[in-house]
Amino acid sequence: MKANHLLRGLRRERDGDDPSPGALLRTHPYLLLRGFARGNLPSYWDVIAFALLIGTFVAIVLGVSQFGAPLSQIEHQTVDLSPAALPYYALRTTLRMVAAMLLSLLFSIGYASLAAKSRRAERVLVPLLDILQSVPILGFLSFTVTFFLALFPGRVFGAELASIFAIFTSQAWNMTFSVYQSLRTLPPDLVEATRSLRFTPFQRFRKLELPFAMPGLIWNMMMSMSGGWFFVVASEAIMVGNQTISLPGIGSYVATAIAERNLAAIFWAILAMLVVILLYDQLLFRPLIAWGEKFRADSEPGTVTPESWVLRMLQRSRFVARLSHFGMQSLRRVAPRHTAPRSARPERALPGWAPAVMDIAWLAAIGLIALSGAWLTLRYITQHLGLTEIGEAFLLGAATMIRVIVLVALASLVWVPIGVAIGLRPRLAAVAQPIAQFLAAFPANLFFPVAVYLIVRFHLHPDIWLSPLMILGTQWYILFNVVAGASVFPHDLRDAASNLHLRGWLWWKRVMIPGILPYYVTGAMTAAGGSWNASIVAEFVSWGDTQVQAHGLGSFIAQATSAGDYPRVVLGVAVMSLFVVGFNRLLWRPMYRSAERLAGVE
Amino acid sequence: MNDLQNPASVLDVRGVRRSFARTSGEPLIVLEAVDLQLRRGEIVGLLGRSGSGKSTLLRIVAGLIKASDGEVVYRGQTLRGPAEGIAMVFQSFALFPWLTVLQNVEAGLEAQGVAPKEMRERALQAIDVIGLDGFANAYPRELSGGMRQRVGFARALVTDPTVLLMDEPFSALDVLTAETLRTDFLDLWSENKLAIQSVLLVTHNIEEAVFMCDRILVFSSNPGHVVAEIKVPFQHPRNRLDPRFRQLVDEIYARMTTKQGPAGKPLALLSIGERLPQISTNLLAGLIETLASDTYKGRADLPMLADDLSLEADELFPIAESLQMLGYAEVAAGDIQLTTIGSEFAVADTQVRKRSFARQLVTRIPLAAHIKSVLDERPGHRAPLVRFLSELEDYLSDNAAEDTLRAVTMWGRYAELFTYDDDAEAFSLESPEAAGS
Repeated sequence: MKANHLLRGLRRERDGDDPSPGALLRTHPYLLLRGFARGNLPSYWDVIAFALLIGTFVAIVLGVSQFGAPLSQIEHQTVDLSPAALPYYALRTTLRMVAAMLLSLLFSIGYASLAAKSRRAERVLVPLLDILQSVPILGFLSFTVTFFLALFPGRVFGAELASIFAIFTSQAWNMTFSVYQSLRTLPPDLVEATRSLRFTPFQRFRKLELPFAMPGLIWNMMMSMSGGWFFVVASEAIMVGNQTISLPGIGSYVATAIAERNLAAIFWAILAMLVVILLYDQLLFRPLIAWGEKFRADSEPGTVTPESWVLRMLQRSRFVARLSHFGMQSLRRVAPRHTAPRSARPERALPGWAPAVMDIAWLAAIGLIALSGAWLTLRYITQHLGLTEIGEAFLLGAATMIRVIVLVALASLVWVPIGVAIGLRPRLAAVAQPIAQFLAAFPANLFFPVAVYLIVRFHLHPDIWLSPLMILGTQWYILFNVVAGASVFPHDLRDAASNLHLRGWLWWKRVMIPGILPYYVTGAMTAAGGSWNASIVAEFVSWGDTQVQAHGLGSFIAQATSAGDYPRVVLGVAVMSLFVVGFNRLLWRPMYRSAERLAGVE
Repeated sequence: MNDLQNPASVLDVRGVRRSFARTSGEPLIVLEAVDLQLRRGEIVGLLGRSGSGKSTLLRIVAGLIKASDGEVVYRGQTLRGPAEGIAMVFQSFALFPWLTVLQNVEAGLEAQGVAPKEMRERALQAIDVIGLDGFANAYPRELSGGMRQRVGFARALVTDPTVLLMDEPFSALDVLTAETLRTDFLDLWSENKLAIQSVLLVTHNIEEAVFMCDRILVFSSNPGHVVAEIKVPFQHPRNRLDPRFRQLVDEIYARMTTKQGPAGKPLALLSIGERLPQISTNLLAGLIETLASDTYKGRADLPMLADDLSLEADELFPIAESLQMLGYAEVAAGDIQLTTIGSEFAVADTQVRKRSFARQLVTRIPLAAHIKSVLDERPGHRAPLVRFLSELEDYLSDNAAEDTLRAVTMWGRYAELFTYDDDAEAFSLESPEAAGS
């Protein structure tokens, strides 16, 4: 009887995913006592957990019940600008984010597994991912919306899917890269162990691949989520030719507020967004990150482990423990059972030349597809547009490029010193890091109307004063990467520097800049990429019926989109992709490599 | 069944070879044909230095890699992939860091589709047998190295294997912990508490092999092959201080230090593709000075020297061998003896040492001489790394080629024979100081 009880206790701890007792004890000595006092009565945590769970469920039902409605309904429906309507809009926006995130998760695991396990697939999938990452997604919105509306004619569902897809395309790529990297760097001894223990592919996935990929995946999910808010706001209200579709959500709310020149409504929207992101952070990402720590293979004792009150609640709640136990049991029932051992499978005898021939055939097929794609694009553009337009697009691209370079340089001048100052003070860094992440998550496009209002009001030059909007939301990447770099800067090197009386510019040149360079390059690369994308919405903005635009590739694409001029959209997007990919290949990558070498990272 | 032919045989290795195809030239042989029979009630040791193919053989028996030739026969069938009843213990423990001790042990059974209840019982029993009671819900990171390896053992034993494969299981542990684990395992083994019929142990530690094994296959490298099979005639538990034990250890030392290539090539004629160990010049100078000191007076018994310096045999061998390659010492029959040049080196100052080292490099190490002459001939006295790398890859695997170049770079820099610019990935004659002034 007693042993049975013990077993049940063990099982609960297994499936409840308790972090190591040691880690908890370090931070909460009283936990040890609490563990013994755990009885059969439901705890407070149970009540809170239950309320949260049911609340989430109801919210989903509320949000989804609108999906089946005919499209005509939202076309006639005007967006309600009273603050009281905002919670509902926020809910709709949030649900879109969740759906896109789940989609991204499935995609990243599937795509990455394929790329990591098949050499032939890898050759195509990895470069493809690299390009996908650099394509300005906003430019494609009008295509995807048209496509999804055609899939579900006359239904809101089509428009919803289009919006979700837009968010998905802003989230999936870096997550996929992260999983792929993890799968390629699985510890060889653990791989041998799974083979020696004769795991089935599913067991291998569950016990080795997924846990190993988890910390990186969670971190990238958070990054993706930050990027996603920008797109959800941009993709809810979209003009396709002469048809305007606005899905209920914060993005549409803002679009309507702009059209009606309602500054108060914009203020309310910003507030609502703040609350939503804060909730997301507290309820989803803090717990996820704290939980993900347990999958870190190399966690050293004494380092600060991330914490989350929600995670603590979930782990202490008996209700949640039962639920997750039940979940695992059902999953096991669904999962493929132990199959015949691999050794029983007869080997295929292939002649020695076969792989080489298949490689060539595969490469030829891929090359053919790529060639015909390039030819198709080129023909489409040249049929509708002349050389002057192509030249114009490149010229405008150069204008936007100058903006991006100047802005990244300015932002670096501001944020690198501040980031280093913060990073070298651990307490400050612990506070500032989440704030910087939060700021990065905030969709900067909500602030655009305010800027336009000011430009119109004070007659400022749009070519200059619209530019800061491009980096408004992306500058934070520089800040928090520099903070991260400075906070892991070796203490003995700092001591050595002060012992050698290295001060002022010499200190920056010989000590700090080389030390944080890999982190800075990562941040600057992300910021620059994001700014290219943001130029599509930042170079062409309106306030009521006043339109303000700067000369640049972003406004070229935005104008073409609103005019339904597809050849120009294709041209603009293609040119922008070229610029971004070129930038990455010619500038950022070599810079990152030499930065790593300089910092002595192998 | 196979048992009819040979009742005591558990597993048969028949003519197993392993080679790698290379883009250029002949395939690289890492393991020459090996025959080995694991008999019931026997611990067999595979003893050798790194790169001698012993781990390769173990992984072929484990079904983790394929033999290029020959076969492994287990339960009357040719082995294809990891087989039921063959379990493995890893040098690095190979525990899943995100699973508790209990979950790690259960993982061995879970893969076999054992029912949850039975799985739990057997796992708890294995944890009990291996001495891990009370640690069932701990994560590996909370455990010491010794406890972690106990989990590794429990995970292997819980499946009741017939054959246990051990890949240097004690080499990542400190001396005391390793000894405890060895004796604990030998106790279980001697008391017949395990279902295991035979054990195959890979090690580079000569004493460990003599302490644990009933039969030892001694491996030699380039390419990996078996040079000797030695029976250990002692009963368990064995006494390390027993003169007969010591004598056997000495004998094996002698066998392993007698430099005999497969064709018994003389040392003076090293090829350009000879693999060079990455031994720093500080270590080389340190060993020369030690040998020249009054304690040894220029000559030392290797096992004793290893003991005095607290070095594993595997750590001492490459240093001794480098001295031999460079002509500073002679190694034979388990002894090392300084040459005249070596004795001169010991008392010289830094500049004289560097000149001596440069001379020895050019005359004894063909690769160093080759790099030097290429740099001399070229007008700019510079040559890219890839040039030499691709030359070396005709003789060595990619990794070995890189290691060898790294070693010769280290030696060349010390001797001021040539220098290397890592940013440009190029060798040159000029040192940066010389270029600047």
